[in-house]
Amino acid sequence: MTLLVIDWWLILEKALLIGGIIGLSFFIAMYTTLAERKVAAWLQDRRGPNRAGPFGIFQPLADGGKLFFKEEIIPLASNKFLFILGPALAMITALITSTVIPWAAPFITKGGNVIPMQVADVDMGILLVFSIVSVGVYGIMIGGWASNNKFSLMAAVRGASQMVSYELPMGLCLIAVLFMTGSLKMSEIVANQVQNGWHIIYQPLGFLIFFICALAECNRTPFDLPEAENELNFGYHQEYSSMKLGFYLFAEYINMFISSAVMVTLYFGGYDIPFVNEASWGLSSFWMSLISFSVLMAKISFFLFLFLWIRWTIPRFRYDQLMNLGWKKLIPLALVNMIITAAVLLLLNK
Amino acid sequence: MLTQRAKEVDRKPMTFLESIYLWNIMKGMGITISHLFKKKATINYPEQTRTFSKVFRGLHVLNRDEEGRENCTACGLCAVACPAEAITMEGAERLPGEEHLYREEKYAAKYEINMLRCIFCGLCEEACPKDAIYLSQTFAPANYGRKGFIYKKDDLLIPHPIENKEAYEAALGDKPAKN
Amino acid sequence: MNITQILFWFLSVVALFSALMVITNKNPVYSVLWLIVTFFAISGHYILLNAQFLAIVNIIVYAGAIMVLFLFVIMLMNLNKETEPQKNRWLRMAGAVAGGCLLLVLVAALKDTDIKQQQAMVNGGSIGLIKNLGKELFTTYVVPFEISSILFLSAMVGAVVIGKKE
Repeated sequence: MTLLVIDWWLILEKALLIGGIIGLSFFIAMYTTLAERKVAAWLQDRRGPNRAGPFGIFQPLADGGKLFFKEEIIPLASNKFLFILGPALAMITALITSTVIPWAAPFITKGGNVIPMQVADVDMGILLVFSIVSVGVYGIMIGGWASNNKFSLMAAVRGASQMVSYELPMGLCLIAVLFMTGSLKMSEIVANQVQNGWHIIYQPLGFLIFFICALAECNRTPFDLPEAENELNFGYHQEYSSMKLGFYLFAEYINMFISSAVMVTLYFGGYDIPFVNEASWGLSSFWMSLISFSVLMAKISFFLFLFLWIRWTIPRFRYDQLMNLGWKKLIPLALVNMIITAAVLLLLNK
Repeated sequence: MLTQRAKEVDRKPMTFLESIYLWNIMKGMGITISHLFKKKATINYPEQTRTFSKVFRGLHVLNRDEEGRENCTACGLCAVACPAEAITMEGAERLPGEEHLYREEKYAAKYEINMLRCIFCGLCEEACPKDAIYLSQTFAPANYGRKGFIYKKDDLLIPHPIENKEAYEAALGDKPAKN
Repeated sequence: MNITQILFWFLSVVALFSALMVITNKNPVYSVLWLIVTFFAISGHYILLNAQFLAIVNIIVYAGAIMVLFLFVIMLMNLNKETEPQKNRWLRMAGAVAGGCLLLVLVAALKDTDIKQQQAMVNGGSIGLIKNLGKELFTTYVVPFEISSILFLSAMVGAVVIGKKE
């Protein structure tokens, strides 16, 4: 009796892809921490870390090593299980999101098998990202509550309400994009942009709102209220030490990476190379995958830089300002954007 | 006019352009990005150092004359002048046969400066009639304990000008040997 | 036993166990967290039925939004064993009776259902995919759909009105 019919090749292919993407996420997140410090230094006329290796390229390893070897402190009055669950959840949700992003043009083997450079091209595509992001709140909330500290709790509550409120305009912007593509599949969203031009041309307002919301979802300045250093003593991860703290910080950078990837995929053509018709080059599919992957990474790096640049420019919002911006400005704007998109599409289709 | 630079706070209601913030945010981001291309204000410190002014007051040095004899006569004027009371010393009489070590009949057997108390004002240098102490251009290094900051005579003495000429000149720095 | 069945049994056990944990836990925060686990298990069942949209929306709406608000309130109130008020004996009795009635109704309703003809399409069928679901919603069920959308719109307007009131 055959118990299970398993396509081992598929499993191998996906396992390799998953491993690669997780490795990539960690690698990018590591070097974003270095980039953060470097960019901060440059924008402030300083030099930034440059002791560990040439130009400080081993600095992230040194930081990671430091976090690993630090003493692990679990507060006595904290809820131990939830205290550990918090950073784990933050990390898991940050990593899961990358499953549906198409990382490169599909790779065609000699046998004619098409290997999509995407872990899962599910029917729900972008909605899956949203569901994971909405679950990502728990990492912050659980960690903040389990620390049994007033500041942590305050920060957790802030973080949760912020993320819940900014998901709404984000979703409304997304709907406008989906009107244009007619599909939730990430691969089709990219294909639509390869064909008809990038969505940023048609949806500049939508992109702007999406970007602002992405800043808020990643808890980046100017919306870094959950960790507000000078009011809440680093907020929800105040009681954390060692690698558990490292996980929270790392998850933030992975979130930045993934949200950049999502923005690029939704509005900037994904792995599409602008202004040229790459299909006419006649390159082998291996090189096409490689080139499209590097194009995607270049776009993502730009957005990561934008994240850092904004962080070192704009001061933090006040909490009521944050809520006003979210509910009274962004949501109506996103609604208007959605209705206009719908109306224009309806007119064009007639 | 020079002092009246206080600006009146502008309490006009925001214009439409200002109220959507974006324009001002872009201006701010333009300012920060322009700093990316500016000259860095900092230097790679241990490899590069900035030049000090000639009158910089760093760590103390007990001087020798050109034959390598100590100038200090333990008169105590520096200790009296010191506003932070950082200097203590004990005098001793020069014995026959020690003329090549000490310039005058009396010398400092013990000379200590507590660098944690010292405020590097340079009054000791001004008070010294024998040009025996001056403030060099090195500044206080870090240390693990308080004891390490109490500099003994051995720490303070300038290297011998004949036996160890290079170190002597390095310690002298930009200051001309007056004597 | 193929992989779908294994998954089905696994998810069922998880769903039932976590649902039991929700009501037996003393600490309300744990209860909420177990409830989230339950939602995930149920979403897993939806995926087994290839109802992807339902699965995702279940997570977004229930696990991602409503439970966050629950957790919010519970965390701020800091409920735990010590602060739990002593319940009235009569209240307990009433609760048991009410729960029993609900059970009775459920059993009565489910007893006569013909399971065989209503068998769900496990690991197949495409009605749960978003395209078919959308078509179905906007053709066959357009009236209830629009009515519920009006309900949502009025709720939104109401929320804005409440929010505007200083």
